[in-house]
Amino acid sequence: MTPEPGTLQIVIELLYLIASVLFILSLKWMSSPTTARHGIWAGEIGMVLAIGGTLLNHGMDYRLIATGLVLGTIIGIPLGNVAMTAVPQRTALSHAFGALCVTLVGSAEFYLRTPGISRFMMAVLSLEVILGGLTVTGSLMAAGKLQEVLPQRPLTYKGQNLVNFLLLAGALVIAITLVLHPEDKTLFPLMILIALAFGVLLIIPIGGADMPTVISLLNGYAGLSAAAMGFVLNSKLLIIAGALDGSSGLILSIIMSKAMNRSFTNVLFGAFGQVQTGAAAGEEAKPVRSATPEEAAAILSGANRVIVVPGYGMAVAQAQHKVRELYDALTKRGVDVRFAIHPVAGRMPGHMNVLLAEADIPYDRLIEMDEINGDFPQTDVALVIGANDVTNPAARSDKTSPIFGMPILDVDKAHTVMVIKRSMNPGFAGIDNPLYYLDNNLMLFGDAKAFVGSIVRELGGGHS
Amino acid sequence: MNSSSALINALFIFVLAGFIGFEVIRRVSPLLHTPLMSLTNALDAIAVVGAIVLVGEHKSTLSTVFGFIAVVAATSNIVGGFVITDRMLKMFKSSRPASPSAAKPAAK
Repeated sequence: MTPEPGTLQIVIELLYLIASVLFILSLKWMSSPTTARHGIWAGEIGMVLAIGGTLLNHGMDYRLIATGLVLGTIIGIPLGNVAMTAVPQRTALSHAFGALCVTLVGSAEFYLRTPGISRFMMAVLSLEVILGGLTVTGSLMAAGKLQEVLPQRPLTYKGQNLVNFLLLAGALVIAITLVLHPEDKTLFPLMILIALAFGVLLIIPIGGADMPTVISLLNGYAGLSAAAMGFVLNSKLLIIAGALDGSSGLILSIIMSKAMNRSFTNVLFGAFGQVQTGAAAGEEAKPVRSATPEEAAAILSGANRVIVVPGYGMAVAQAQHKVRELYDALTKRGVDVRFAIHPVAGRMPGHMNVLLAEADIPYDRLIEMDEINGDFPQTDVALVIGANDVTNPAARSDKTSPIFGMPILDVDKAHTVMVIKRSMNPGFAGIDNPLYYLDNNLMLFGDAKAFVGSIVRELGGGHS
Repeated sequence: MNSSSALINALFIFVLAGFIGFEVIRRVSPLLHTPLMSLTNALDAIAVVGAIVLVGEHKSTLSTVFGFIAVVAATSNIVGGFVITDRMLKMFKSSRPASPSAAKPAAK
């Protein structure tokens, strides 16, 4: 826009360049837990340079900017200090905030520039606010479901996909109309309203088990909308940051949907609970074997190799600290204890790792699915705590199972499997788990935290 | 008046940055996927620079109000995102003591 960039403009652009490099380094250092904290510093320095550079622009109303920065900091500090169990909903909420920023800036730019807005720019701006708008409401819905303010069960109704499709098509038609007639100020808010409504309807049919994929996808949308904002503002820094965030969200979504053997469209347009509501009703009382904490403790203390399989139930019961006591007690007796982490265990990517790390379990004991699956046949005890579908052997063998083909942890191949579960009720997705009826399986009925606590007491390793 | 060449430049940057992002993030340990997400969230909030310019230039009431809310939302993401990422990464410890300073006398 400026015909001859002054020295100041060059300084600002150079600061943005340094910030971009620092952002890339920041993500590069996340490759290993040993260097990851450098990554935060790099990110923080980059952020300070970029904001500082922006403030160098002449003729700014610094008072109002400072007020905004201070207010944001006041809101941000408690959001950074939530309990680790609340991280999934916090993440969803921050996607909403990020997208809100992008949508608001995009809308303001539209009203400032119309009607003198080029067609290509209007197209990118539409993309920015549509993606931003649906991410705002979609992420708020996801956060509400995770916080259990909203019902967690997937809500489905007849013609759901048609309604969603028509809404999206409506938004796109308006976007195209705006590209042709960018002076139409009344159509613009309508487009945003549709995007907001679409975000709500998109998440209504999503169940808890699909949250890891959906959060990743919303992360990607937030990134892409920020990149689009970079095009609109002609900001290279924003394009780079948006592209990095977008590819991060995309990669995580791919990993998550692969780990569930489902496609994006299947996650977004086919609620998990739908298919098997009828199938789950098959109520033949098959025999299961159960065990008491004393028996479980005896089996565990006699084992050489134990693999613990944590799931969302462990997070719900807040059992991770008791699990750590169990880890200590068994390790002290010379038992080799490791943890098998399924990519979609929990409600967001990496959820279990964070909870177990919070409980001070060393990260080199947390093993990914592909790496640990071959070890189950040589394992004495597989202890499943609050995980269900990710251990369901029907995914390997039963072609009629809704989760057929999903990669699972092969716990059934261990000599003994113990499953801590509150009751025989089928899990969240309502899928029966044949694991529970196997001869080498023992059910440990009870609350995960209380049950693990009792085992620890039996082992004499409790802090009491 | 060469706005189309500016757009082409922007497109180059976007595509190349996307490739860098893909290659860098592919190498992130699955252990750290949760902190990765909170970190990218904080970095993404660099959108605050656009909001700051809107507020600072004060071109219309609407743009100032929208810009102000956007500054608040993005700043809360920056601060919250870095704080929680740091808290999470601090928790990841190896069972092998990394440095002698870490091996404090654990009175047990």
